[in-house]
Order: sequence, then C-alpha cells, then structure tokens
Amino acid sequence: MPDTVQPIRFGSNSGQPVSRRDGIAKVTGAATFSADNSPANLLHAVYLPATIARGRVTHFDTAAAQAHPGVTHVITPANRPDVQGDPEAKPTLFSFRVEILQDDSVRYAGQPIALVLGETLEAATEGARLLAPQYAAEPVATDLDDGAPFDIEPGGFGRPQGMVHGDIDAGHAAARQAIDVTYETPAQYHNAMETHAIVAEWDGDRLTLDVPSQALNMSCAAYAYFFGIPAENVTVRSPYLGGGFGSKAIPIGPNILAILAARMTGRPVKLMLTRQQMFGPTGHRPATRQRLRMGIDATGALTALDHESLSASSRFDDFFEPASNASQGLYAAGALRSVHKGVRLDIGTPGPMRAPGEASGAAALECAMDEMAHAAGMDPLEFRLRNYAETEPGTGKPFSSKALRDCYLQGAERFGWDGRPLDPGQMRDEAGLLVGWGMGTALFPCPMFAAEARATLRPDGTALVETSAADMGQGAWTSLAQIAADSLGLPLDKVAFNAGHSSLPDGGVAGGSGHTATAGTALHEAGCDVIRQLGEIAATDPASPLHGAGNARFVARDGHLFIEGDDSRSEPFTDILARAGGAALTGSGKGVRPPEVGQEFAMSSHGAVFAEVRIDPELCQMRVTRLVGAFAAGRIINPKLAESQLMGGMIWGTSFALHEKVTHDRTTGRIVNADLAGYHVPVNADVLGLEVITVHEDDLHVNVLGVKGVGEIGIVGTVGAIGNAIWHATGKRIRRFPIRIEDLLTA
Amino acid sequence: MSKIHVTTTVNGDEVEFLADPRETLLDCLRDKLGMTGSKEGCGTGDCGACSVTLDGTLVCSCLVLGVEADGKQVGTIEGVAEGGVLHPLQKKFIEHAALQCGFCTPGILVAAKALLEQNPNPTETEVRYWLAGNLCRCTGYDKIVRAVMDAAADLRGEAA
Amino acid sequence: MIPFAFLQPTSVDDALAAWTPGAAWLGGGTNLVDLMKTGGGQPSLLIDLSRLPGLRDIEMSDDGGARVGALVSNADLADHPAFAARFPMVAEALLAGASGQIRNAATVAGNILQYPRDAFFKHLGEDPLDGDTTSLSILGANGPVAVHPSDFCVPLAALDAVVEVQGPNGPRDIALADLLAPTADTRTALAPGELVLALRLPAEGATFAGHARYLKVRDRTSFAFALTSAAAALRFDGPRIAEARLALGAVAPTPWRVAEAEALMAGQAPDADLFERAAQTALSGAVAIGDTGWKIELARRTAIRALTLAAAHTPARLPALPGSPFAAQAKDHAHA
Repeated sequence: MPDTVQPIRFGSNSGQPVSRRDGIAKVTGAATFSADNSPANLLHAVYLPATIARGRVTHFDTAAAQAHPGVTHVITPANRPDVQGDPEAKPTLFSFRVEILQDDSVRYAGQPIALVLGETLEAATEGARLLAPQYAAEPVATDLDDGAPFDIEPGGFGRPQGMVHGDIDAGHAAARQAIDVTYETPAQYHNAMETHAIVAEWDGDRLTLDVPSQALNMSCAAYAYFFGIPAENVTVRSPYLGGGFGSKAIPIGPNILAILAARMTGRPVKLMLTRQQMFGPTGHRPATRQRLRMGIDATGALTALDHESLSASSRFDDFFEPASNASQGLYAAGALRSVHKGVRLDIGTPGPMRAPGEASGAAALECAMDEMAHAAGMDPLEFRLRNYAETEPGTGKPFSSKALRDCYLQGAERFGWDGRPLDPGQMRDEAGLLVGWGMGTALFPCPMFAAEARATLRPDGTALVETSAADMGQGAWTSLAQIAADSLGLPLDKVAFNAGHSSLPDGGVAGGSGHTATAGTALHEAGCDVIRQLGEIAATDPASPLHGAGNARFVARDGHLFIEGDDSRSEPFTDILARAGGAALTGSGKGVRPPEVGQEFAMSSHGAVFAEVRIDPELCQMRVTRLVGAFAAGRIINPKLAESQLMGGMIWGTSFALHEKVTHDRTTGRIVNADLAGYHVPVNADVLGLEVITVHEDDLHVNVLGVKGVGEIGIVGTVGAIGNAIWHATGKRIRRFPIRIEDLLTA
Repeated sequence: MSKIHVTTTVNGDEVEFLADPRETLLDCLRDKLGMTGSKEGCGTGDCGACSVTLDGTLVCSCLVLGVEADGKQVGTIEGVAEGGVLHPLQKKFIEHAALQCGFCTPGILVAAKALLEQNPNPTETEVRYWLAGNLCRCTGYDKIVRAVMDAAADLRGEAA
Repeated sequence: MIPFAFLQPTSVDDALAAWTPGAAWLGGGTNLVDLMKTGGGQPSLLIDLSRLPGLRDIEMSDDGGARVGALVSNADLADHPAFAARFPMVAEALLAGASGQIRNAATVAGNILQYPRDAFFKHLGEDPLDGDTTSLSILGANGPVAVHPSDFCVPLAALDAVVEVQGPNGPRDIALADLLAPTADTRTALAPGELVLALRLPAEGATFAGHARYLKVRDRTSFAFALTSAAAALRFDGPRIAEARLALGAVAPTPWRVAEAEALMAGQAPDADLFERAAQTALSGAVAIGDTGWKIELARRTAIRALTLAAAHTPARLPALPGSPFAAQAKDHAHA
C-alpha cells in the first residue's frame, strides 16, 4: 500500500447498505444472462447424456438423427473433430478432466456421449433422442459402500490434507467420557437457477463466449488450451450469473463441445443444459461418511477430537470432500486428528459446492458436539465455550481476529437460548407440536486468490474502475464499487464500475468466499495508486494549496485531496487534473495476500447459528420455524447484501438438513430424481423467522480491507443446529442427512 | 410439420409469429419475440422462473405451447413497469434486497403481481404459500416476502 | 418431442371426430407437456380442448350436488365459494396440490387423468425399487407400482364422484373409482378416443360439509407430492357418526377406500379408539415394498388425524396452509 494514503475509511461508501446497482436491470428482465444471447445465424446444440454409468456405447442411430428435419450435424466419438488440448489434462489451477466425446466409453450417467446441432432447439433435441444409443453396460458402483476406501494422498485442489496435533491415542485414553458416532451426508447438486449455458462464436482464431463464469480469465486460459490459441484470443462475457455456488468456476465438457461445434460449422452455437442435465457433468458435493470420536475430561474439556471422513470421487479424477477440515481449527482439543479417505465410484467428478468441506464436516461435527454435550450433562453452548480455542488448535497461532464468543452471546440472546431444557422432548407449542432448539458453530476459511484492477480518474472528477469480477448474485457490481469509491475518495455515484468481461484486468475467482477480499483489495490498491499519483502532482505543483506537502500523507474525500490532519489544506481533484493538462490518471492494483501473513496468523470467519424446529408428534413432518445466525466475518462492505448472502447460506443449511439428496438407480447408476420435482430444495413456505446478526469484527491482518467473506459460512453451522433441534424436540438422534419424516417415524 | 401462425397480445401489444407446435410459449417469447426476461429454470413446471400471465392467469410458460397462446393476452416481466416507471413491487424488491442473482426474479415479480391483484392484503403465510411455486436458490425467500408485504401495503396506500 | 400435428376444434363433435390412434387431448398441459418433454409420451397429434364450449362451467345443482366442466382449472374450482362450501375437502385437496401456477393451468380432467410419477422413468428401464420408493404403492398392486399422484382425486373418491365421458360409442358415466382402477394394460378405464366432459359430485357428498378435511403429509411445507394423505368426511346424527367416508392418498395406484373401514364408524361416537380401528381396517392388506414399511404406519396416522380433524369440524375458512399438518400453526387464514 502506498504510504501516502490512509487506509480505507469505514462508513463513507463501504459499510453502507447500498441497494444493488444491478437492481433495475434485474427487476425489469433487462439483465442479460448467457442464454439470452441469440446472435444471427445461430445453431442450437443439444448433447445426449448417457443413461448408463459404466461401459461403452456400441451403437447410435445416426441416420435417424441426421434425417430429422432441421438437424444439421450429428457428432459422436466416431466423427468428432480434433481438439488441440488433451481432455485428460488439467490446464489451469482449478480444472477437471472433461468428457468431450474423446472415446466411446461411459464413465458416469449423464456424461455427454453425442452432440446434435440443429436450426432449432426442437430439432436438435429430437435429433438427440433419435440417436437411441445402445450400450455394453458394466456393473456399477454408486454407493459409498460399493468402493474400497483408501487414504487420500494430499495434493492441492481436490486432494485434502489431514492433520494430527498431539497424541490422539493418549487423548482418547485420557477421556472420562467418550462418544464414537458416524454421520452420513448425501450427494448434492448445485442446481443454480440458471442452468449452464454457452453461446460460442468464432471470428478467425478469435473466440467470443457468452458463458456464466465465476472465474473469467482463468476460463479463457482453459478454453484456449483446448483450441490451441492464445488465452488473449478468448473473450468471456459474463455480466450476470444466475447463481454459481462453485459449479461455474470450472469449464465443463459441454461448453467445450459447443465451442468445437461453432468452429466446425463456422456459425455461432448455443448450448443450454436442461435441468435434468444439471445432474451430470457439472460437479456436485459428494456423499460423505464421517466418524467422530470425542473424549472429555471431568471439566468438559475435550481431550481428543478425532474426525475421519470418507468421500467419493469419480474413477477418473480427484475431488474428495474435505469434510474433516471442519475439525481442524475450531475447538481447543487436547489432541486433534483429521483424516480424509476416499472411494472411487461410477459418478461424475464432484467439485466444490457452497462451503465445500465445512458444510458437510460441520454438519457431523456440530451434531457430535451436541451428543458429547448431552453426555456430559452440559448445555451445548456452555460446552462449546468450555472448549473455545483462543489460538488455533494444534499450532497455537494467533487468530487474525476471532469474535466467535460475541457471535455465541449475541446469537443466544437474540434467540432466547436461556432457559432451554437440557433434556429433549420437553417443549410443545399451543398447537401441540413438538418444539426443539439446537445450535451449531460455523467457521469458514478466508482465502485470497489473486486479482488485478485498474482505476481511472477522469478530468471531470468521475472515475472508472475495472476488473473482470463475477457477480453470481452476491453483489459484486455494488460492493466492489463501494470499495473502489472509498479508495478514490469519491461518492459512489461518481464511480462507474466495469466488470464481468475478460478483457478487463483479471478479477480472479468468485469462490472460496474470497472474491470481495481479493478483487476488492485490487480495486482498493488501484484507487490508492491514482490518489498517490494525484498527490505527487499536487505536491509538486506551485499553484496547488497542497504544494510542498512532500512527505505528508494525503487523504482523498468527497473528490478532494486533503493533507491528513489539516482540513484547511485541500484541493478538488478536478483542479489538480486541469492544471496538469487535463488528462485522466490511471492506476493499477493487485489483490493478493502476502504469504507471511498466513504463516503468522490463523484466519477464519466464525459464526453461531440457533435453530428452532416444530414437529408434528405423530406425522413427524418438520418445519424450521426460527433461525438466528450471528456471524463475524471481518468488515462488512454492504450490510444489506451481506445479510442476503448469510440468509441464503442459512436456507441452504435448512436444505442440507431436511431436503437435498440424489438417489441412484443401483442397476444403471442413473440419478432417478434428477429434476426439481424430485430433488427438493426449500420453497418459500419452508422458511420462517430468519434473522442475521453481523457481529462487529476488526481484522488488521487478513487484508487491507479487513474483509473475510460471507458467501458460504451461512450454511456451515446451520445444518448441525437443525439436526440438534430435531433431536431436542424428539429425543431422536438421526445421523444421516437429510433428515426425513421416515427417519423420525422409524427411529 | 408445418408451422402455425399465431396472433397474440403481449403486454398490450399485438404480435404475430410462426410457431412449430413443439415450441413452448417460453421459447416463443424468448426466441421469436426477443423477450428474454422470462427464464427457463427447469422446463417442467417445477421452478416458476418462466411465470407469465395468460389471460390474466399466472402460469408456467414452459408448459404452455406457443400455439396455445393464439388469441390470448400474455403478460410478462417486460410489462410490469409501465411507461418507464417501476412497479411498487420492483421498487420494493430493490429496496429490500429481495434479489440476488436475479434469475428467478422476473418470475417471482410476475407471480407476486398476480397474487396482489387477486389478494391485495395477503398475510405472510399466504405470501409464502402462494409463492411456493417460485424457487430461489440464492436464496432470498425472507426478503422476497418482506418486499411483497411492503409493496402490498404501498399499493393499498398504507405506510408500511 | 417428435413433431406432432396440432388442432384446435371448436366443438366436442369435431374434437371426437379428430381423434386418431396416437392422438392426445391437451387440457392445461401441466402433465402432458411435461411428459412429452421428458420423453415419456410422444403423441403424433395434439387436440387442444381450450376452444370447446361449455366445459368451463361450474353448476351447483338444486339438489345439493355439483357438475364441473372438464376444463375448469383446479384453482377456479377451489376458489368457487359455493363449491368450496359444499365440498370443502375437495377445495382443500386442490389447494394442497402443486403450486399456484400449476393449479391455474391444470384442469379438472387433467388432474384426474394425470400420469403417475413412474411414467417419467419407467421408459428408461429403471428398477423402481432403486428410485423414489416413497412414491411406491403399498396397497392394491402386485409389485412396485407408483401411487396415483393426485390430491384432488382422494376426496373425489370418498364422495363417489362420477365422470361424464363421450366417445366414439356415445356418452357414458363412469364412477371415478372405476375410471382410475388400472389394469395390467391400461392406466384408466377410458376407451381410446373417449373424452372427459364433466365431473359430477352427488348431492349426498354435501351432507358431509360440516365435517370434512383433507390432510397431506409431505417433505416440503408446500409444492411436494404427498407421502401419504387422507380425505375424511363425517356426517353426524347428534353425538354419533351417521356415516363416514375415508379415502387414502399416495398409498395405491388409485385413491384407496375400504367399505368396512367406513361402515365400522357408522352409529359410533367419534373417539381415538374408533378412528384407530377404522385406520387399521383401511390399511389391512398393506404390504411394504422395499424399505417403505414406514409408509404403512404413516398412512395409519394420517388417516387417524384426518378423521380427528373432520370430527372437530370443517373450519369456517380454509387454512392458509391447506391440508398441512401446520395449518393450525399458521394463525392467519385465507381462501375465504
């Protein structure tokens, strides 16, 4: 950070509950999502998904498909044009092997096995159906029990690292009371409301894509790899994403097929996944089975926390859910172990889905904590406070900030946790429904990736700030502009913000809850760079009231440059620029975290979620009637939008606890509930009494903005809180998510 | 199959198009009329992103064939704001942050408008029940309800 | 979808004349178009019924019954004040189904004739036991067969509804229970080319109006198929039940009624023991398919609760969460 500029000020633009800048476009239907683009001469592409999960395709009726009126091309492994890149390679940091008709093998149900192009969507769709594939099918394995578990060799993305601190056997031996419980979580699919879609158009060796992307520039590099062109030849336009949740960060096979079809035909090609296809080559949160062994001493202090998770990946690539990570940094156990094991199944490769690792891991951990608390005869909140980690468990590193205690206390007070009976089955409402209260702790890391940004101060005193940020709903168009405006000392309405286009400076990845921190830091640095330049001009300009201010620090505010601590000396930006010749000033910035910060500090967002459920005592139908979440996630740039993110996460928690789950046909390996009638997410009527508290937290280390991120943590503590509330209402401990009516009936 | 000539009224304007009977009203709106505000979230009536009104009745346009719209009045998100002025629902959605990614938003606004025309003074439970056909994955249900309740009060001429 | 021809006849005679093998009647489209898109049905001709005159009327007859045109939407029927007053559990069942959008488009005839959920996956050759076993029948079927998915038909069956059809061989009336009794080869008793014109509710059904409820247990608070449901209607003679009707939903390929279960309640005072025996009798013969043994128990409890609710009285206004176990929890009421 240039030392001539003060750190960002809280409460000017940042910190204000500004309404979304993309609001009008979105409420009028004018916001253009990828599939809304229909260039002239468009061809429609439809891929045929495999209906077996393992084996080979032995025959297509290509003649029938080709003969269908309106079908222009039928592409199968037999005639697919070459691509330059290797489908089995991983061209970028976050990427997976893709299925792009490289051979006739089927590796999972829903895998693309052919592509049909047509003049209309209807023609292409019918053409694909007419292909009537025949298969040589092999027996499939789709259940965790169907595979042989192995130890995952750690290796970056998708291959999580376990850890051991202290003597875990001694910790178990020292326990006066212990539990040994196993929880299961199901496979879940992201199912953003906008299905994956792409419109691909070539102009010579230049490629333009309308495609929703959580990482625009990284996507360019990946697409370029497959087509043997420089990354700068690829333009990705992604102004709005209809939700991402992790599934739109990584290019998927169907997108590459659409680009290939466009190159082959010389026409623009649109491919949009159906909802059913969203259960295919799109990544998913894999199923887990988690064994938790815990022991406590006579005071309720954890002597051992031992978390082993088993998760599934595909047979051909690695993404194992880092579920036991949830136990690595939360409680001050005497000894701590986190183990990751895997199995390989005939499923598509999983991937990161909102709060990967922590969502599934904390579901199990927080329920197990509840079980331990009950065994100890302690209140669940008291038990967690008893095991509060003042420093990072195991390493002893200080936290960059940790207001979890405040989250517990503020959340408990708002919820009215006091007076909760320790034993289950004690509360009923006036209608005779069982009432239960449960809680869970939330944590999520606050990573930063890398981003760049540019800021231009124009002679008229307005500014343009630019980075290829992605707004999948979290509010980048608004909150990043707020950060940029502060860095430039301008009111928000003087700052134009340009994002969602890969020709802009690389905005990095909208993932890991790190986008605001990363792209925001880049924008902040770019703004500061401009102000630093402006200060230099003013300080050396004899006509400026700031002349000679040499080593003083400047403050930019309301379009004026001030000398810090001396409000009597200031000058409007416009005057400084006018005298300097009237040219615009451009600055640049980068958003990265210096590695030494990570060496020195442990960094996480934290939260506490309190849930109330009501359950019909005979019919066992459940409803979450109150959810209070208190979260400490560093500085909140836009409270209005951050609250939405946290609420959304909490409803995802409800969804995880009670609804989402795919079921595989054991014979074919197909997902039998691959639509939104069969794969339930909550509807409006499932949500009641939702409250979010953002707990004040100053963090001087995590980044210059003090921002930790709010995109994912909402889901984390909520799942366990609901599971625990159901136990508290009924006395029934269900250790498999989602918790269903039949589970309570048969428990 | 030969195409069928369809004459219909969309947001008060008469339009004509030729439709393959297989094309849904949603496809016709988006691809033939360039009205892409209505979204396809599922194609099977399970999400409500394609909600429009047909002769004043809220329906999923993904399950209506374009040829069925002949002679009917279609209302879409593009017609919710009139004369460049946002409808109170639209204003309240922005004010309450009742939208995130915005993909479900057009369908929810069309559905909410239909609800308030039928029931100007709904209870919270009624809103949650009547909007159960519109999925929001982000998920903004709580703020959506607040915005609808507030807009309803506004439309009734009450201070919220 | 395969390409298909599309006709919009303007008279019932023209519609009937247009029918050929492979044709399908198009009502609201919420089931048929869905099925066509997902590959489960491929008609070569769609006959759009929306131009047919006289099929959208709701006639409340002087004797206390009702005649409902085949094309009346589910929403319009539920919202018809006189109909809902006579047949409150029918209105409650309609409003417990699907979503506002679907209820607006779906027709009376389409709801009755809707395909079971396994129509969507059977053509793919899946083993139903591996799939959504919650939708499998526990009564009245040999082997794993999907249940009838309709809420509406459950109270209709309880009230002895009759369907008026017209076809190549002229008009006829079919009891709803007979219409929906599937055979090995057919899903319904409709003959090829037959068209449903109207639904009739006998006047006797209205005598239960004071004590009639529909209850639906489901995984979401709204917009989900029933795991189990029940329509219960009681007519009292002083403190005793003069006559009882009980139909169970989501347990069989057709709404499930057992005459003995109803008969044993006649002449009795309503109490928990009586409803327990009625529910047991209604479910005698239930067989768990796969791991769905819990469904028998849930259906039993659902029947008992529905009877208990009906015994209390029909609420003056339908609850804001129709058919829901949480109906009483939501204090605000709706659907006047």
